[in-house]
Amino acid sequence: MRREALRVLAAEDVGPYRLVRLERGGLDPGVPGQFFMLEAPGRVLSRPMSLCFAPRRELAFLIDPVGPGSRALASAACGERIHVLGPLGNGYRLDVARPLLVGGGIGIAPLPYLSQRLGGPPAVLGFRSEWHAEAAVLLPDADIVVEPTYVTEAIPPGFDVLACGPEPMLRAVARLAPGAQLAWEAPMACGFGACYGCVVEVGGQLRRLCVEGPVLRAEVVVEAAA
Amino acid sequence: MTILNASGCLDALTAPEVARSLDAFVTKTVTPLVRVGNAPVRIAETDHGMLNSIGLANPGIDRFLAEHLPRLAELGVPIWVSVGGFSAADYADLCARLGERPEIAVLELNVSCPNVAEPAESAAEIVRAARAETSKPLYAKLSPAVPDVGAVASAAAGAGADGLTLVNTIRGLVLDERTLRPVLSTAAGGYSGPALRPIALAAVLAAYRASGLPIVGVGGVETGRHALEFIVCGASAVALGTVLFTDPGAPERVRAELAAEAAALGLANPLDARGIALTGGLDSLPRLTKYVN
Repeated sequence: MRREALRVLAAEDVGPYRLVRLERGGLDPGVPGQFFMLEAPGRVLSRPMSLCFAPRRELAFLIDPVGPGSRALASAACGERIHVLGPLGNGYRLDVARPLLVGGGIGIAPLPYLSQRLGGPPAVLGFRSEWHAEAAVLLPDADIVVEPTYVTEAIPPGFDVLACGPEPMLRAVARLAPGAQLAWEAPMACGFGACYGCVVEVGGQLRRLCVEGPVLRAEVVVEAAA
Repeated sequence: MTILNASGCLDALTAPEVARSLDAFVTKTVTPLVRVGNAPVRIAETDHGMLNSIGLANPGIDRFLAEHLPRLAELGVPIWVSVGGFSAADYADLCARLGERPEIAVLELNVSCPNVAEPAESAAEIVRAARAETSKPLYAKLSPAVPDVGAVASAAAGAGADGLTLVNTIRGLVLDERTLRPVLSTAAGGYSGPALRPIALAAVLAAYRASGLPIVGVGGVETGRHALEFIVCGASAVALGTVLFTDPGAPERVRAELAAEAAALGLANPLDARGIALTGGLDSLPRLTKYVN
Protein backbone atom coordinates (compact mmCIF):
# COMPACT_ATOMS: atom_id res chain seq x y z
CA MET A 1 0.00 0.00 0.00
CA ARG A 2 1.54 3.24 -1.10
CA ARG A 3 0.48 6.74 -0.03
CA GLU A 4 1.95 9.95 -1.39
CA ALA A 5 1.19 13.68 -1.27
CA LEU A 6 0.56 14.55 -4.92
CA ARG A 7 0.39 18.04 -6.38
CA VAL A 8 -2.76 19.22 -8.15
CA LEU A 9 -1.71 20.09 -11.69
CA ALA A 10 -5.03 21.25 -13.16
CA ALA A 11 -8.78 21.03 -12.68
CA GLU A 12 -11.55 21.69 -15.16
CA ASP A 13 -15.34 21.48 -15.25
CA VAL A 14 -16.91 18.74 -17.35
CA GLY A 15 -20.67 19.36 -17.24
CA PRO A 16 -21.58 19.19 -13.52
CA TYR A 17 -18.42 17.24 -12.74
CA ARG A 18 -14.82 18.29 -12.18
CA LEU A 19 -11.78 16.57 -13.69
CA VAL A 20 -8.87 16.90 -11.23
CA ARG A 21 -5.42 16.09 -12.55
CA LEU A 22 -2.68 15.16 -10.08
CA GLU A 23 0.99 14.48 -10.57
CA ARG A 24 1.50 10.71 -10.53
CA GLY A 25 4.51 10.62 -8.19
CA GLY A 26 5.56 7.05 -7.49
CA LEU A 27 2.04 5.63 -7.56
CA ASP A 28 1.06 2.89 -9.98
CA PRO A 29 -2.11 3.70 -11.97
CA GLY A 30 -3.23 0.11 -11.44
CA VAL A 31 -5.88 -1.78 -13.36
CA PRO A 32 -8.99 0.11 -14.60
CA GLY A 33 -11.75 -0.17 -12.00
CA GLN A 34 -9.32 -0.12 -9.08
CA PHE A 35 -9.62 2.95 -6.89
CA PHE A 36 -7.59 5.40 -4.86
CA MET A 37 -8.36 7.04 -1.52
CA LEU A 38 -8.05 10.80 -2.02
CA GLU A 39 -7.56 13.09 0.96
CA ALA A 40 -10.43 15.58 1.00
CA PRO A 41 -8.83 18.83 2.19
CA GLY A 42 -10.16 19.88 5.58
CA ARG A 43 -12.20 16.70 6.06
CA VAL A 44 -11.65 13.79 8.45
CA LEU A 45 -11.97 10.96 5.93
CA SER A 46 -10.55 10.35 2.48
CA ARG A 47 -12.82 9.62 -0.48
CA PRO A 48 -12.66 6.59 -2.80
CA MET A 49 -12.26 7.53 -6.47
CA SER A 50 -11.60 5.34 -9.47
CA LEU A 51 -8.99 6.50 -11.93
CA CYS A 52 -10.46 8.30 -14.96
CA PHE A 53 -7.35 8.89 -17.04
CA ALA A 54 -3.70 7.92 -16.66
CA PRO A 55 -1.81 10.42 -18.80
CA ARG A 56 1.97 10.20 -18.67
CA ARG A 57 3.17 11.20 -15.18
CA GLU A 58 -0.42 12.04 -14.10
CA LEU A 59 -3.46 10.54 -12.41
CA ALA A 60 -6.81 12.15 -13.30
CA PHE A 61 -10.03 11.74 -11.32
CA LEU A 62 -13.59 12.75 -12.20
CA ILE A 63 -15.33 14.22 -9.15
CA ASP A 64 -19.07 14.72 -8.66
CA PRO A 65 -19.25 17.52 -6.05
CA VAL A 66 -22.28 16.27 -4.15
CA GLY A 67 -21.08 16.33 -0.53
CA PRO A 68 -18.54 18.08 1.69
CA GLY A 69 -15.68 15.73 0.77
CA SER A 70 -16.20 15.71 -2.99
CA ARG A 71 -16.76 19.49 -2.92
CA ALA A 72 -13.45 19.96 -1.07
CA LEU A 73 -11.71 17.80 -3.67
CA ALA A 74 -13.37 19.58 -6.58
CA SER A 75 -12.24 22.94 -5.26
CA ALA A 76 -8.62 21.91 -4.61
CA ALA A 77 -6.31 24.61 -5.94
CA CYS A 78 -3.51 24.04 -8.43
CA GLY A 79 -0.26 23.44 -6.59
CA GLU A 80 -2.06 22.12 -3.48
CA ARG A 81 -0.88 18.69 -2.34
CA ILE A 82 -3.35 15.90 -1.69
CA HIS A 83 -2.50 12.59 -0.05
CA VAL A 84 -3.42 9.69 -2.30
CA LEU A 85 -3.42 6.00 -1.29
CA GLY A 86 -3.61 3.27 -3.89
CA PRO A 87 -4.31 1.61 -6.19
CA LEU A 88 -6.74 -0.48 -4.12
CA GLY A 89 -9.29 -3.24 -4.68
CA ASN A 90 -9.95 -5.43 -7.69
CA GLY A 91 -10.37 -3.87 -11.12
CA TYR A 92 -11.93 -5.14 -14.34
CA ARG A 93 -10.64 -8.30 -15.99
CA LEU A 94 -9.39 -7.16 -19.38
CA ASP A 95 -9.30 -10.60 -21.04
CA VAL A 96 -12.71 -10.27 -22.70
CA ALA A 97 -13.50 -11.05 -26.36
CA ARG A 98 -16.16 -8.43 -27.24
CA PRO A 99 -16.04 -5.62 -24.68
CA LEU A 100 -18.84 -3.08 -24.35
CA LEU A 101 -18.50 -0.28 -21.81
CA VAL A 102 -21.70 0.82 -20.06
CA GLY A 103 -21.76 3.89 -17.82
CA GLY A 104 -24.42 5.77 -15.90
CA GLY A 105 -23.90 9.31 -14.64
CA ILE A 106 -20.72 9.73 -12.60
CA GLY A 107 -20.23 6.01 -13.29
CA ILE A 108 -18.51 7.15 -16.45
CA ALA A 109 -15.48 7.91 -14.23
CA PRO A 110 -13.42 4.71 -14.71
CA LEU A 111 -14.42 4.19 -18.36
CA PRO A 112 -11.95 6.46 -20.22
CA TYR A 113 -8.95 4.64 -18.68
CA LEU A 114 -10.68 1.31 -19.25
CA SER A 115 -11.36 2.26 -22.88
CA GLN A 116 -7.74 3.20 -23.41
CA ARG A 117 -6.51 -0.11 -21.97
CA LEU A 118 -8.98 -2.09 -24.15
CA GLY A 119 -8.16 -0.23 -27.38
CA GLY A 120 -11.34 1.85 -27.65
CA PRO A 121 -14.25 -0.62 -27.58
CA PRO A 122 -17.87 0.54 -28.15
CA ALA A 123 -19.52 2.30 -25.23
CA VAL A 124 -23.04 3.30 -24.15
CA LEU A 125 -23.56 6.06 -21.62
CA GLY A 126 -26.71 7.17 -19.84
CA PHE A 127 -27.27 10.53 -18.13
CA ARG A 128 -30.16 12.17 -16.36
CA SER A 129 -29.86 15.52 -18.19
CA GLU A 130 -28.18 17.13 -21.19
CA TRP A 131 -25.94 18.98 -18.74
CA HIS A 132 -24.73 15.73 -17.17
CA ALA A 133 -24.30 14.28 -20.67
CA GLU A 134 -21.61 16.87 -21.36
CA ALA A 135 -19.31 14.42 -19.55
CA ALA A 136 -19.56 12.16 -22.60
CA VAL A 137 -16.81 14.31 -24.08
CA LEU A 138 -14.47 12.10 -22.04
CA LEU A 139 -15.44 9.10 -24.20
CA PRO A 140 -16.00 10.73 -27.61
CA ASP A 141 -17.20 7.72 -29.63
CA ALA A 142 -19.79 6.54 -27.12
CA ASP A 143 -23.52 6.28 -27.80
CA ILE A 144 -25.47 8.51 -25.42
CA VAL A 145 -28.96 8.26 -23.95
CA VAL A 146 -30.62 10.77 -21.67
CA GLU A 147 -33.51 10.10 -19.29
CA PRO A 148 -36.32 9.17 -19.67
CA THR A 149 -34.41 6.64 -21.81
CA TYR A 150 -32.30 4.33 -19.62
CA VAL A 151 -28.90 3.05 -20.63
CA THR A 152 -30.12 -0.51 -20.11
CA GLU A 153 -32.49 0.01 -23.09
CA ALA A 154 -29.49 0.74 -25.32
CA ILE A 155 -27.31 -2.31 -24.58
CA PRO A 156 -27.00 -4.49 -27.69
CA PRO A 157 -26.83 -8.28 -27.16
CA GLY A 158 -23.71 -10.39 -27.63
CA PHE A 159 -21.14 -8.28 -25.79
CA ASP A 160 -18.97 -8.70 -22.73
CA VAL A 161 -20.34 -5.84 -20.63
CA LEU A 162 -18.09 -3.82 -18.33
CA ALA A 163 -20.26 -1.37 -16.40
CA CYS A 164 -20.17 1.32 -13.76
CA GLY A 165 -23.07 3.36 -12.43
CA PRO A 166 -25.72 3.66 -9.74
CA GLU A 167 -26.86 0.50 -7.99
CA PRO A 168 -30.30 0.18 -9.71
CA MET A 169 -28.55 0.41 -13.09
CA LEU A 170 -26.00 -2.23 -12.10
CA ARG A 171 -28.69 -4.62 -10.89
CA ALA A 172 -30.58 -4.11 -14.17
CA VAL A 173 -27.40 -4.72 -16.19
CA ALA A 174 -26.76 -7.88 -14.16
CA ARG A 175 -30.14 -9.27 -15.18
CA LEU A 176 -29.57 -8.39 -18.86
CA ALA A 177 -25.97 -9.59 -19.06
CA PRO A 178 -25.15 -12.27 -16.49
CA GLY A 179 -21.50 -12.33 -17.56
CA ALA A 180 -21.05 -8.59 -16.97
CA GLN A 181 -18.43 -7.03 -14.75
CA LEU A 182 -19.90 -4.32 -12.53
CA ALA A 183 -18.00 -1.60 -10.67
CA TRP A 184 -19.92 -0.92 -7.46
CA GLU A 185 -19.86 2.08 -5.13
CA ALA A 186 -20.25 2.51 -1.37
CA PRO A 187 -19.27 4.96 1.36
CA MET A 188 -15.83 3.91 2.49
CA ALA A 189 -13.54 5.14 5.28
CA CYS A 190 -10.30 3.25 4.58
CA GLY A 191 -10.22 1.33 1.28
CA PHE A 192 -8.19 -1.62 2.61
CA GLY A 193 -10.54 -3.75 4.67
CA ALA A 194 -10.12 -2.07 8.04
CA CYS A 195 -13.35 -0.18 8.69
CA TYR A 196 -16.04 -2.66 7.54
CA GLY A 197 -18.01 0.39 6.45
CA CYS A 198 -18.32 -0.33 2.73
CA VAL A 199 -20.33 -3.54 2.82
CA VAL A 200 -22.92 -4.08 0.11
CA GLU A 201 -25.42 -6.91 0.04
CA VAL A 202 -24.61 -9.12 -2.92
CA GLY A 203 -24.83 -12.87 -3.26
CA GLY A 204 -26.99 -12.91 -0.12
CA GLN A 205 -24.04 -11.68 1.96
CA LEU A 206 -22.68 -8.40 3.21
CA ARG A 207 -19.35 -8.07 1.39
CA ARG A 208 -16.62 -5.51 1.98
CA LEU A 209 -16.51 -3.77 -1.37
CA CYS A 210 -12.93 -2.58 -0.94
CA VAL A 211 -11.43 -6.06 -0.67
CA GLU A 212 -13.95 -8.14 -2.67
CA GLY A 213 -14.66 -5.42 -5.28
CA PRO A 214 -15.26 -2.78 -6.33
CA VAL A 215 -15.65 -4.75 -9.58
CA LEU A 216 -18.01 -7.69 -9.02
CA ARG A 217 -19.23 -10.38 -11.40
CA ALA A 218 -22.90 -10.03 -12.38
CA GLU A 219 -23.54 -13.71 -11.58
CA VAL A 220 -22.83 -12.91 -7.93
CA VAL A 221 -25.26 -10.01 -7.96
CA VAL A 222 -28.03 -11.98 -9.68
CA GLU A 223 -27.70 -14.78 -7.12
CA ALA A 224 -28.57 -12.16 -4.54
CA ALA A 225 -31.80 -11.25 -6.32
CA ALA A 226 -32.80 -14.89 -6.85
CA MET B 1 6.12 3.33 24.32
CA THR B 2 3.53 0.90 23.01
CA ILE B 3 1.40 1.85 20.00
CA LEU B 4 -1.57 -0.34 19.17
CA ASN B 5 -4.57 -0.09 16.89
CA ALA B 6 -8.00 0.49 18.36
CA SER B 7 -10.16 -2.61 18.07
CA GLY B 8 -12.17 -2.62 14.85
CA CYS B 9 -9.91 -0.13 13.09
CA LEU B 10 -7.59 -2.55 11.30
CA ASP B 11 -7.86 -5.98 9.68
CA ALA B 12 -4.41 -7.54 10.05
CA LEU B 13 -5.26 -10.13 7.39
CA THR B 14 -6.03 -7.55 4.68
CA ALA B 15 -3.29 -5.10 5.75
CA PRO B 16 -0.55 -7.21 7.38
CA GLU B 17 2.16 -4.62 6.83
CA VAL B 18 0.20 -2.10 8.89
CA ALA B 19 -0.31 -4.64 11.67
CA ARG B 20 3.43 -5.36 11.71
CA SER B 21 4.17 -1.66 12.21
CA LEU B 22 2.34 -1.80 15.58
CA ASP B 23 3.72 -3.00 18.91
CA ALA B 24 0.66 -5.20 19.28
CA PHE B 25 -2.39 -5.89 17.12
CA VAL B 26 -5.87 -5.70 18.65
CA THR B 27 -8.50 -7.82 16.89
CA LYS B 28 -12.00 -6.78 15.99
CA THR B 29 -14.31 -7.83 18.83
CA VAL B 30 -15.02 -11.56 18.91
CA THR B 31 -18.46 -12.67 20.14
CA PRO B 32 -19.86 -16.14 21.02
CA LEU B 33 -21.70 -16.50 17.69
CA VAL B 34 -21.09 -15.20 14.18
CA ARG B 35 -22.47 -11.71 13.61
CA VAL B 36 -23.03 -10.32 10.11
CA GLY B 37 -23.28 -6.83 11.57
CA ASN B 38 -25.64 -3.99 10.79
CA ALA B 39 -27.09 -3.20 7.38
CA PRO B 40 -25.46 -0.42 5.36
CA VAL B 41 -25.13 2.56 5.60
CA ARG B 42 -22.57 1.90 8.35
CA ILE B 43 -20.30 4.94 8.33
CA ALA B 44 -20.73 8.68 8.09
CA GLU B 45 -18.37 11.60 8.34
CA THR B 46 -18.97 14.70 10.44
CA ASP B 47 -17.02 17.95 10.40
CA HIS B 48 -14.73 16.74 13.19
CA GLY B 49 -15.03 12.99 13.31
CA MET B 50 -16.89 9.99 12.00
CA LEU B 51 -19.72 7.73 13.05
CA ASN B 52 -19.76 3.99 12.64
CA SER B 53 -22.43 1.42 13.16
CA ILE B 54 -20.77 -1.84 12.16
CA GLY B 55 -22.52 -3.87 14.85
CA LEU B 56 -19.60 -6.12 15.89
CA ALA B 57 -19.47 -8.05 12.62
CA ASN B 58 -17.19 -11.03 13.30
CA PRO B 59 -16.91 -14.76 12.56
CA GLY B 60 -17.75 -15.92 16.09
CA ILE B 61 -15.42 -17.63 18.56
CA ASP B 62 -15.32 -21.05 16.87
CA ARG B 63 -14.18 -19.81 13.48
CA PHE B 64 -11.95 -17.19 15.07
CA LEU B 65 -10.03 -19.84 17.00
CA ALA B 66 -9.91 -22.33 14.13
CA GLU B 67 -9.16 -20.04 11.18
CA HIS B 68 -8.28 -16.48 12.14
CA LEU B 69 -6.04 -16.83 15.19
CA PRO B 70 -3.50 -19.17 13.55
CA ARG B 71 -3.11 -16.71 10.67
CA LEU B 72 -2.82 -13.74 13.03
CA ALA B 73 -0.13 -15.57 15.00
CA GLU B 74 1.98 -15.79 11.83
CA LEU B 75 2.29 -11.99 11.75
CA GLY B 76 4.89 -12.07 14.49
CA VAL B 77 3.16 -9.27 16.45
CA PRO B 78 1.68 -9.75 19.94
CA ILE B 79 -2.05 -10.38 19.60
CA TRP B 80 -4.65 -8.73 21.82
CA VAL B 81 -8.11 -10.22 21.37
CA SER B 82 -11.10 -7.96 21.92
CA VAL B 83 -13.91 -9.90 23.59
CA GLY B 84 -17.59 -9.02 23.42
CA GLY B 85 -20.77 -10.60 24.75
CA PHE B 86 -24.26 -9.96 25.95
CA SER B 87 -23.90 -11.21 29.51
CA ALA B 88 -21.11 -11.70 32.04
CA ALA B 89 -21.36 -15.44 31.37
CA ASP B 90 -20.60 -14.81 27.67
CA TYR B 91 -17.40 -12.99 28.59
CA ALA B 92 -16.42 -15.71 31.05
CA ASP B 93 -16.92 -18.47 28.48
CA LEU B 94 -15.00 -16.59 25.79
CA CYS B 95 -12.13 -15.80 28.15
CA ALA B 96 -11.92 -19.41 29.28
CA ARG B 97 -11.49 -20.57 25.68
CA LEU B 98 -9.22 -17.73 24.54
CA GLY B 99 -7.17 -17.97 27.71
CA GLU B 100 -5.93 -21.40 26.72
CA ARG B 101 -4.31 -20.13 23.54
CA PRO B 102 -0.62 -19.25 23.82
CA GLU B 103 -0.80 -17.08 20.68
CA ILE B 104 -2.78 -14.48 22.64
CA ALA B 105 -0.97 -11.87 24.73
CA VAL B 106 -3.86 -9.90 26.23
CA LEU B 107 -7.67 -10.10 26.40
CA GLU B 108 -9.46 -6.78 26.07
CA LEU B 109 -13.02 -6.84 27.38
CA ASN B 110 -15.22 -4.65 25.18
CA VAL B 111 -17.84 -3.70 27.71
CA SER B 112 -18.76 -0.45 26.00
CA CYS B 113 -19.79 -0.89 22.34
CA PRO B 114 -22.44 1.74 21.61
CA ASN B 115 -23.85 -0.23 18.65
CA VAL B 116 -25.19 -3.34 20.37
CA ALA B 117 -27.37 -4.08 23.37
CA GLU B 118 -25.53 -3.69 26.67
CA PRO B 119 -25.13 -6.59 29.10
CA ALA B 120 -27.18 -6.21 32.26
CA GLU B 121 -24.10 -6.56 34.45
CA SER B 122 -21.71 -3.72 35.25
CA ALA B 123 -18.20 -3.51 33.81
CA ALA B 124 -16.78 -4.66 37.14
CA GLU B 125 -19.06 -7.71 37.26
CA ILE B 126 -17.95 -8.66 33.75
CA VAL B 127 -14.29 -8.25 34.68
CA ARG B 128 -14.80 -10.40 37.78
CA ALA B 129 -16.49 -13.15 35.76
CA ALA B 130 -13.70 -13.12 33.15
CA ARG B 131 -10.98 -12.97 35.83
CA ALA B 132 -12.27 -16.18 37.34
CA GLU B 133 -11.71 -18.00 34.03
CA THR B 134 -8.28 -16.89 32.86
CA SER B 135 -4.86 -15.83 34.05
CA LYS B 136 -4.19 -13.86 30.84
CA PRO B 137 -3.74 -10.11 31.27
CA LEU B 138 -7.21 -8.53 31.15
CA TYR B 139 -7.86 -4.99 29.95
CA ALA B 140 -11.34 -3.48 30.31
CA LYS B 141 -12.33 -1.11 27.51
CA LEU B 142 -14.53 1.56 29.05
CA SER B 143 -16.97 4.16 27.79
CA PRO B 144 -16.53 7.83 28.65
CA ALA B 145 -20.33 8.22 28.56
CA VAL B 146 -20.85 7.49 32.26
CA PRO B 147 -21.32 9.88 35.17
CA ASP B 148 -18.08 8.86 36.92
CA VAL B 149 -15.38 7.21 34.81
CA GLY B 150 -13.05 7.10 37.81
CA ALA B 151 -15.52 5.03 39.80
CA VAL B 152 -15.96 2.55 36.93
CA ALA B 153 -12.18 2.33 36.51
CA SER B 154 -11.64 1.79 40.20
CA ALA B 155 -14.32 -0.91 40.30
CA ALA B 156 -12.74 -2.66 37.29
CA ALA B 157 -9.37 -2.57 39.05
CA GLY B 158 -10.93 -4.04 42.18
CA ALA B 159 -12.51 -6.80 40.12
CA GLY B 160 -9.13 -7.91 38.80
CA ALA B 161 -8.46 -5.92 35.62
CA ASP B 162 -4.76 -5.66 34.79
CA GLY B 163 -5.26 -2.56 32.68
CA LEU B 164 -7.81 -0.26 31.11
CA THR B 165 -8.48 0.95 27.60
CA LEU B 166 -10.13 4.35 27.38
CA VAL B 167 -12.18 5.28 25.52
CA ASN B 168 -14.67 3.52 23.31
CA THR B 169 -16.74 5.63 20.91
CA ILE B 170 -19.72 7.58 22.18
CA ARG B 171 -23.14 7.59 20.57
CA GLY B 172 -23.82 10.24 17.96
CA LEU B 173 -26.02 10.93 14.96
CA VAL B 174 -25.56 12.75 11.67
CA LEU B 175 -28.21 13.79 9.14
CA ASP B 176 -27.97 13.69 5.38
CA GLU B 177 -27.62 17.29 4.24
CA ARG B 178 -30.22 16.99 1.50
CA THR B 179 -32.83 14.56 2.87
CA LEU B 180 -32.42 15.33 6.59
CA ARG B 181 -32.67 11.61 7.27
CA PRO B 182 -30.13 9.95 9.58
CA VAL B 183 -27.26 8.76 7.37
CA LEU B 184 -26.69 5.53 9.29
CA SER B 185 -29.14 2.64 8.93
CA THR B 186 -29.30 2.45 12.72
CA ALA B 187 -29.73 6.24 13.02
CA ALA B 188 -27.14 6.59 15.82
CA GLY B 189 -23.63 5.16 15.84
CA GLY B 190 -20.28 5.38 17.59
CA TYR B 191 -18.56 8.75 17.28
CA SER B 192 -14.78 8.71 16.88
CA GLY B 193 -11.96 10.84 15.55
CA PRO B 194 -10.61 14.27 16.56
CA ALA B 195 -13.84 15.36 18.28
CA LEU B 196 -13.44 12.52 20.78
CA ARG B 197 -9.94 13.53 21.92
CA PRO B 198 -10.76 16.00 24.74
CA ILE B 199 -13.40 13.60 26.03
CA ALA B 200 -10.90 10.75 26.00
CA LEU B 201 -8.22 12.81 27.73
CA ALA B 202 -10.61 13.64 30.56
CA ALA B 203 -11.58 9.97 30.93
CA VAL B 204 -7.96 8.80 30.93
CA LEU B 205 -7.03 11.33 33.60
CA ALA B 206 -9.97 10.29 35.78
CA ALA B 207 -9.17 6.58 35.37
CA TYR B 208 -5.47 7.13 36.06
CA ARG B 209 -6.19 9.06 39.24
CA ALA B 210 -8.73 6.49 40.43
CA SER B 211 -7.06 3.21 39.49
CA GLY B 212 -3.32 3.60 38.95
CA LEU B 213 -3.56 0.80 36.35
CA PRO B 214 -1.77 0.75 32.99
CA ILE B 215 -3.98 2.59 30.51
CA VAL B 216 -4.24 2.41 26.72
CA GLY B 217 -5.34 5.88 25.63
CA VAL B 218 -7.64 5.93 22.61
CA GLY B 219 -9.67 8.68 20.98
CA GLY B 220 -8.63 10.98 18.17
CA VAL B 221 -4.87 10.35 18.38
CA GLU B 222 -3.47 11.58 15.07
CA THR B 223 0.02 12.85 15.91
CA GLY B 224 2.90 12.32 18.31
CA ARG B 225 1.80 15.43 20.16
CA HIS B 226 -1.61 13.86 20.75
CA ALA B 227 0.06 10.69 22.02
CA LEU B 228 2.12 12.79 24.44
CA GLU B 229 -1.06 14.47 25.69
CA PHE B 230 -2.54 11.05 26.50
CA ILE B 231 0.64 10.08 28.39
CA VAL B 232 0.55 13.34 30.29
CA CYS B 233 -3.02 12.47 31.35
CA GLY B 234 -1.95 9.01 32.54
CA ALA B 235 -1.86 6.70 29.54
CA SER B 236 0.96 4.15 29.39
CA ALA B 237 0.23 3.25 25.74
CA VAL B 238 -1.87 4.69 22.93
CA ALA B 239 -4.07 3.09 20.30
CA LEU B 240 -4.78 4.56 16.89
CA GLY B 241 -8.27 4.36 15.48
CA THR B 242 -9.85 6.63 12.90
CA VAL B 243 -6.47 7.99 11.76
CA LEU B 244 -5.54 4.53 10.46
CA PHE B 245 -8.34 4.76 7.90
CA THR B 246 -6.74 7.75 6.19
CA ASP B 247 -3.08 7.13 7.02
CA PRO B 248 -2.05 3.48 7.34
CA GLY B 249 1.50 4.75 7.92
CA ALA B 250 0.36 6.48 11.12
CA PRO B 251 1.95 4.00 13.60
CA GLU B 252 5.48 4.70 12.38
CA ARG B 253 4.82 8.41 11.95
CA VAL B 254 3.28 8.84 15.42
CA ARG B 255 6.13 6.85 16.98
CA ALA B 256 8.72 9.13 15.35
CA GLU B 257 6.79 12.30 16.22
CA LEU B 258 6.41 11.20 19.84
CA ALA B 259 10.14 10.53 20.12
CA ALA B 260 10.81 14.02 18.77
CA GLU B 261 8.30 15.57 21.21
CA ALA B 262 9.95 13.77 24.13
CA ALA B 263 13.44 14.77 22.98
CA ALA B 264 12.35 18.42 22.71
CA LEU B 265 11.27 18.25 26.36
CA GLY B 266 14.54 16.64 27.39
CA LEU B 267 12.86 13.36 28.29
CA ALA B 268 14.77 10.10 27.85
CA ASN B 269 11.43 8.27 27.60
CA PRO B 270 8.03 9.77 26.74
CA LEU B 271 6.56 7.80 29.64
CA ASP B 272 8.58 9.97 32.05
CA ALA B 273 5.78 12.48 31.48
CA ARG B 274 3.08 10.01 32.52
CA GLY B 275 0.40 11.62 34.60
CA ILE B 276 2.04 15.03 34.97
CA ALA B 277 -1.30 16.68 34.14
CA LEU B 278 -2.16 15.90 37.77
CA THR B 279 0.97 17.48 39.21
CA GLY B 280 1.46 20.73 37.38
CA GLY B 281 2.48 19.70 33.88
CA LEU B 282 6.04 20.40 32.76
CA ASP B 283 6.80 22.30 35.94
CA SER B 284 6.67 18.99 37.79
CA LEU B 285 9.49 17.47 35.72
CA PRO B 286 12.65 17.84 37.82
CA ARG B 287 15.03 18.49 34.93
CA LEU B 288 12.86 21.17 33.43
CA THR B 289 12.25 22.83 36.77
CA LYS B 290 15.99 23.07 37.26
CA TYR B 291 16.41 24.46 33.75
CA VAL B 292 13.63 27.01 34.11
CA ASN B 293 14.95 28.15 37.49
